[in-house]
Amino acid sequence: MNSETGKQRPVWSSALVLAVLAVACIALVELTHDLTREQIEANEQAFLEESLRPVLAGIDYDGALSDSTLIIPVPHDLPGNQPATVYRIFEDNAPLAALFVVVARDGYAGPIRLLIGITSDGRITRARVIEHRETPGLGDRIEADKSDWMNIFDGRSLQDPNEDNWKIRRDGGDFDQLSGASITSRAVVKALRETLIYLEANRDTVFAPESGTE
Amino acid sequence: MNETAAQTLREGLWENNPGLVQLLGLCPLLAVTHTFVNGLGLGVATLFVLVCSNGLVSLTRSVVRDNFRIPIYAFIVASLVSCVELFYKAYFPYLDRSLGIFIPLIVTNCAIVVRAEVFASGNTVGRSLLDGAAMGLGFLALLCALGAFRELIGFGSVMTRLDMLFGGDAMPGLVLFDGGFLLAILPPGAFFGLAFAVAGKNYLDQRRRRSASFAARHRVT
Repeated sequence: MNSETGKQRPVWSSALVLAVLAVACIALVELTHDLTREQIEANEQAFLEESLRPVLAGIDYDGALSDSTLIIPVPHDLPGNQPATVYRIFEDNAPLAALFVVVARDGYAGPIRLLIGITSDGRITRARVIEHRETPGLGDRIEADKSDWMNIFDGRSLQDPNEDNWKIRRDGGDFDQLSGASITSRAVVKALRETLIYLEANRDTVFAPESGTE
Repeated sequence: MNETAAQTLREGLWENNPGLVQLLGLCPLLAVTHTFVNGLGLGVATLFVLVCSNGLVSLTRSVVRDNFRIPIYAFIVASLVSCVELFYKAYFPYLDRSLGIFIPLIVTNCAIVVRAEVFASGNTVGRSLLDGAAMGLGFLALLCALGAFRELIGFGSVMTRLDMLFGGDAMPGLVLFDGGFLLAILPPGAFFGLAFAVAGKNYLDQRRRRSASFAARHRVT
C-alpha cells in the first residue's frame, strides 16, 4: 500500500507520532492500573481467605485469616524445598491455630501442595490438597470432592496415633492407604507427620507475634 | 466506502459477522463458550475493545502513515486490552478467573485489527465507532448464542452464575436437567456448535434469497 503519488512524510515525523502515541497509551494503562490497584488487592485477599476457610473446621474465627502470615525460609524441616507459608490465628494475643501450606515432593506423579490446619495444641483441624498431578481415579482421590479419604486426618495429632504409627497401614502404621495409590497416600501421611513434628518443635517460631504488633 | 449507518449495522451483526462469516476470533470463541456467562463476559470485553480501538484508529488516521500503521494498531489494541483486563480483575474477579488467559488474548483477535485496517483507517470517527459496535455486538451475540447452546446441552442448565457479571449472590440460573452431553462442553463440541451456527446462517440466507427471487419472478405488474 505504498502510494507513489502524494507527499512522503519524513521518517522523523512518523517516529514522533509513534512516540507520542506510545506515551499516551502507556499513560492510559498506568492510570487504569492506579485506579484499580486497591480493588484488585482486596480481591486477591478475598480469594485467599476463601481458600483458607475450608481447613478451619470447628474453629470459630471471625477475622481475616491471612492477617498474620509467616514465611519460613529454607532450609526448614517442613515438607518442600521452597519457603513455606504459615497463616497464624491468634485470639486475644494467644495462639489459636496455624494453617500451613507445604509441598510433599514425593507424590506419585509430582509434588502435592497441601493446606493443613493445626490447632496450637497440635491437633489437625483438617487437611486439604490444593494442587497435585496424581492419577485420575487413583491418586486423585486425595481431592476432597473425589473421595472422603482426607477426612481421616481430622482431629488427629502426634498422640493420636503416636509418632511411630503415623504411617500408612502397609508400612506398619494406622492409616488406611487409598487402594491402588499407596505412594500417593504415603506422601500425604508423611507430609502431615512432618508438619506436626515441625509445629511441636518450633511452636515459638510459628506463633511468634509479628514485630510491631501490640 | 459510503454505506449508510443501517448498512454498517447489518454488516456487523449479520452479513459480515466476525465469527460466522469472517471466521475471525475463533480461538476465544471456541474456548470460552462452554457457558453462557463466559461467552457474555468475553463478548462484552471484546465489544469494548473493538469500539474504542476503531474510535482511536479513526481519530489518528490523518497523522498515521501507511508504513507504520501496524505498530500503531498494536499499541492501541494492547493498551485497551490491558485496561480491560485490569478492570475485570478489579470488578469481575470471578469472571476473570473463569475466563483466565482469554481476556489478554483478545489482543490476538484478528477481527479487531481487521476492522482498524479495513474500516477505521479510512472512515470518520462516528462511522468507525458504529462499525466497532456492530461488529462487537455481532460477535457478542454469537458468543452468547453458542454459550447458551453448549451449556444447555452439556450441563443441562443455562445462564448459571450470572452473578459473576452482575454481582450479588450466586445465581443458579435455569437448571433443566442434571448433567448432559459431555462432548458439548469439550473443544470438539465447540467446533460442532460453530458449524451448526454457520450452517444455520447460510440456510436462512439461502431461504431469504430464494423467496426474494421467487417474488421477483412472479411479480404481477
